[in-house]
Amino acid sequence: MIKLTNVHKSFGAQAVLNGLCLEIPDGQITAVIGPSGEGKSVLLKHIIGLMKPDSGEVEIDGESIINIRRSKLNGIREKFGMLFQNAALFDSMSVFDNVAFPLQEKTRLSKSEIVKRVNSALEHVGLRNVNGKYPDELSGGMKKRVGLARALLLDPKIILFDEPTTGLDPVIKRAIHQLIKETHEKFGFTAVIVSHEIPEIFDIAQNVAMLYQGKILQIGTSDEIKNSTHPVVKQFISGSLEGPIQLL
Amino acid sequence: MFSLVQTIGRTTIAVVSELGRMGWFLVYSIYMIVRRPGSPLQILKQIKFIGAKSLFVIFLTAAFTGMVLGLQGYYTLAKFGSEGMLGTAVALSLIRELGPVLTALMVTGRAGSAIAAEIGIMRITEQIDALETMALDPFKYLITPKFIAAMIALPLLCAIFDVVGIYGGWLVGVKLLGVNPGAYFYEMEKSVVWKDVYSGFVKSYSFGVIIAWISCYKGYFATHGAEGVSKATTESVVMTSVLVLVWDYFLTSVLL
Repeated sequence: MIKLTNVHKSFGAQAVLNGLCLEIPDGQITAVIGPSGEGKSVLLKHIIGLMKPDSGEVEIDGESIINIRRSKLNGIREKFGMLFQNAALFDSMSVFDNVAFPLQEKTRLSKSEIVKRVNSALEHVGLRNVNGKYPDELSGGMKKRVGLARALLLDPKIILFDEPTTGLDPVIKRAIHQLIKETHEKFGFTAVIVSHEIPEIFDIAQNVAMLYQGKILQIGTSDEIKNSTHPVVKQFISGSLEGPIQLL
Repeated sequence: MFSLVQTIGRTTIAVVSELGRMGWFLVYSIYMIVRRPGSPLQILKQIKFIGAKSLFVIFLTAAFTGMVLGLQGYYTLAKFGSEGMLGTAVALSLIRELGPVLTALMVTGRAGSAIAAEIGIMRITEQIDALETMALDPFKYLITPKFIAAMIALPLLCAIFDVVGIYGGWLVGVKLLGVNPGAYFYEMEKSVVWKDVYSGFVKSYSFGVIIAWISCYKGYFATHGAEGVSKATTESVVMTSVLVLVWDYFLTSVLL
């Protein structure tokens, strides 16, 4: 289980996380929604230890990841896979090398076994004949799928998705959502998805948490959040300009 | 008055923090060189990038520096009737001082800026974060190969610079101005001692560390998109160049 307790994080005078508490159950898809700039990506970076909170606690399976040795943190990170907002593919490597990289560095698999596993991972995300291409030769959707193949390759227990469908056309968006849902059903990992895709996200997430003003305003099942009567959650889901969420 | 104190305090804290972070970066890089130096292939690739690809600019700079030294040295020495000492003057200037410093400045401009830009782009496009999320230490893949390569390439480039520069001086002094070729090399051989070569080697080796350190550091902590990378690149070139000259003075005063 991922557990964040009373997490505070500020950048200069701007408080981004302001006493955030969140528990993410194992083996389920939890979506974090909320207005832009509310710290959703910052939250993901705290979960995987890329950022340290100013105060508060972050625990993964009961183990704190705050102020621990780098080697121990890396041990905990072995449980994770992450799909970044812009896929974060290594731009000097081909698609094949990008996906093969974690296998080459972290396993003792033979070359032929690596080729087999990379090809199978790429096929699983619907990509063929792209092994030799470089990231700048791929479309946004293809990059995300390569990133997903790389994130899935070491069978992680937890996968973090940072806006996996932002900027994609509706068909690719649906395909990526479907892919996340199918791979989750197949592998049963814990997924945390930061997303703005409403209402689509309610179809793939079992739990939804609304982040607002540095705190989790409401968390519940997809249906509970969809039918929430909280004015902030209601306004965010409906996309209305009238309500407590102010643009400026 | 109070705001002035505040500003001074804030600036002091910022400078001390930055220096501490830079110091930590250097110490951790050295620790990683000892513990996990990265793959030999990566190191070779970096030697090719920092060393082999700098050869042309080093040849060109060395040749013209040696030629200018030959020209200036000849007219100065001729005033005292000591044209025969031209080989010594050119060789000592190059081996002890100009070779290491100019090599370092040329490599800073060509490779140091590229290193800062490459690592900076990897930082802002989250490629470094991606390495960390895979439980892989970015220092092993990005930083230590560059450090090792710079420490190997700089002394070699400096040696090439010295040799080409000496022949540049020979071309002008002997071929154009008529200095005795035997005297040019004989005097040089007589005056240049191991300590001169050693001090040039120590300088170029430590300049290699400075170039890798500042370029990698500036790129690693680049922020704010393309503008941030451009700022990191500029700062890395300026800071490395200044630090090379300051460190050169310090080493010269110790090694002289």
